[in-house]
Amino acid sequence: MNILSEAAVEKALDKKMNDVSYKMIGQDVSVYYGDKRALYDVNLNVRENTVTALIGPSGCGKSTFLRTLNRMNDTIDGCRVTGRIALDGDDIYDPSIDVVELRARVGMVFQKPNPFPKSIYENVAYGPRIHGLARGKTEMDAIVEKSLQRAGLWNEVKDRLQESGTGLSGGQQQRLCIARAVAVSPEVILMDEPCSALDPIATARVEELIHELRANFTIVIVTHSMQQAARVSQRTAMFHLGNLVEENDTDKIFTNPDDQRTQDYIMGRFG
Amino acid sequence: MSSTHIVSIYDEELKYLTRRISEMGGTAEQMVADAVRALVTTDGALAQKVISEDVVLDNAERQINEKAVLTITKRQPVSSDLREILGAVRIAAELERVGDLGKNTAKRVIAVQGSGMPRKLARGLEHLAELALMQLKEVLDVYATRSIEKAKAIRERDDEIDAIYTSLFRELLTYMMEDPRNITPCTHLLFCAKNIERIGDHATNIAETIYFMATGAQPEGERPKDDNTASLVAAEPSA
Repeated sequence: MNILSEAAVEKALDKKMNDVSYKMIGQDVSVYYGDKRALYDVNLNVRENTVTALIGPSGCGKSTFLRTLNRMNDTIDGCRVTGRIALDGDDIYDPSIDVVELRARVGMVFQKPNPFPKSIYENVAYGPRIHGLARGKTEMDAIVEKSLQRAGLWNEVKDRLQESGTGLSGGQQQRLCIARAVAVSPEVILMDEPCSALDPIATARVEELIHELRANFTIVIVTHSMQQAARVSQRTAMFHLGNLVEENDTDKIFTNPDDQRTQDYIMGRFG
Repeated sequence: MSSTHIVSIYDEELKYLTRRISEMGGTAEQMVADAVRALVTTDGALAQKVISEDVVLDNAERQINEKAVLTITKRQPVSSDLREILGAVRIAAELERVGDLGKNTAKRVIAVQGSGMPRKLARGLEHLAELALMQLKEVLDVYATRSIEKAKAIRERDDEIDAIYTSLFRELLTYMMEDPRNITPCTHLLFCAKNIERIGDHATNIAETIYFMATGAQPEGERPKDDNTASLVAAEPSA
């Protein structure tokens, strides 16, 4: 029988604990809108199956950084990104990368719920269809049901899948958008203030959802609500004037941050 | 605090807590000083005054707790703001206990009246009280200045009080063995000495809380202890 020594077991456990796997790597990321520089050499890695919250005052660059992660900035005229951003080690700004493919792997949920003016079913089925993820109606039905279940919306809409998505309440619309994002089985979900247009109950539902989604997805969320960042994330990155001020365990950031700017921001003080 | 809140009334709420703690500290200090003076001078009227003052601290503690709950509810404080509020709640509880110990000491004044406390014993108690009161006074100063160094120094000085308490304990034991009629007053005095020694412990707790409020960490290492009374036994009377 092969019995490991106590020290060897401890070492193995230790390695597992300290073995952090990064889903996305951001190295010296700078973003320019024309002549204006919006991000300054940001080095920020996103951990796998972790919720990372990006916080900071308006105009600090947190949304800009979020948008570099699935090349949403490509659509903005005069926007230029330098540095390296990698998904599973592959540079996503490499010319060989198919952006549509990338955005299927790195999905996004926006601030305002933006369902297509189509049925609830079609809203969810659209992505899988254009990416050819379903062979036939039975498979598509299964994807739609599973996605709506993952988004915690299935029970509320299962009897009216053919009704318009825009007829749902704000909170339901946002969960529909989350269902739409997860329908293409992305690996990373980016959320840009997903709850800022929702009431407290709908917000709590989305937060509960984020907590559940974390098991299968890597999530990066931009939020203006300090309490929300503290509640939903495990890692928090604080941005200020285009710089990454600090990134650490969320518990640490909200109890005893290292940087005075973070301290002032989370406590609602001005330095 | 280096900076102020964007919402200025938030600062007012925190200042209210600080002010009330300082007031409680002043009242507790006065109560303990009066209780010990009443004890060594067997002044029943002064003792009565101390007893009736305790309600002031009870009320203050309750008001501080209510304000803390409201502020947490409204502001959802984080980081050092949260520690400031938690610290105020903890310190208020410590000061309320100090008041109780002062009151208990004052109550015993009536019981020891007329027993003729030996001068030496009274001096011992006074000295113990001086040290405990100094601890209390200094820790309240540290609360105002938030000097981490001083908070650490106070915490490390508690063993002086413990040492004097241990010697008083021995002395009282000796008196009781000398004459059984001393047992009643000496038992009361023993409780008084213990009360005062406990006040020193509360001052030390407050020092630790202030350290936590300022740094977010607990002070490292065990606090020094020199209270050996738990294992003290009276010598067998010689045949």
